[in-house]
Amino acid sequence: MELKTKIHAEDGQQELTITREFDLPLELLFKAYEEAEIVEQWMGTKVLKLENRKHGSWQFETRDPKGNVVFQANGTIHEFIPNRKITRTFEMDNAPFDVQLEFLEFEGVTEETSKLTMHIVYRSGELRDKMLKLPFAQGINMAHNRLQEIVNKLKLTQHDKA
Amino acid sequence: MNLRRDVFQAIADPTRRAILLLVASQSMTAGAIAANFDTARPTVSKHLQILTECELLKQEQTGREIYYHINAKKMKEVADFIEPFRQMWDDRFNKLESIMKKYKSK
Repeated sequence: MELKTKIHAEDGQQELTITREFDLPLELLFKAYEEAEIVEQWMGTKVLKLENRKHGSWQFETRDPKGNVVFQANGTIHEFIPNRKITRTFEMDNAPFDVQLEFLEFEGVTEETSKLTMHIVYRSGELRDKMLKLPFAQGINMAHNRLQEIVNKLKLTQHDKA
Repeated sequence: MNLRRDVFQAIADPTRRAILLLVASQSMTAGAIAANFDTARPTVSKHLQILTECELLKQEQTGREIYYHINAKKMKEVADFIEPFRQMWDDRFNKLESIMKKYKSK
């Protein structure tokens, strides 16, 4: 199975790169980032503000079914070149993480396929690793949970030996 | 970087995860591992080869037998770290792709 989404994160570095090839023409891929109502659908969050221009800003918010805010993030757009590039900052509200810088580059591969390269720079390598661990804390992934079971079992076995 | 990608490919397969789970409890020979699966022996060998290449398993010669051990260090690295983050983005991007395919056909 070929993995479509790839992460390049070297040990000790304060940055990482996410790459993904889409079975979509470049214009459609970019549109998914440009239009607030589409962003809402795939990011699974409400878009309070999305100003696609230099010096514009954006704001996302997610609430649980009871209406409590569970996630809030915001940032500023530094560069917005349709079908090519978005440079922006990302900051999570009420979280002990500093702002991060994101470079999103969009390119066409063929008429019908495209590629996104997301380069994220964090304040420090330590902070990057903390951010990487967030989805793990949320326990979102089945295959991964099963893998975690193996590691847990491993800890037990080693404990037995000790 | 090739290596890390291979690790993800390795754990994406359910049979390979089952092998890891099995070997996690005790070191085993290829034959003993294969005995736990309905899959043909050469298929199991191929899985073992992939798991060894990406360092999730280690081989150790004991007498005439080769035993497979789990590489705990590597396992933890993969399990604790980037994979859930990658999955999170992969889920989002899969959604994006399917939404835009429908958008296109509208």
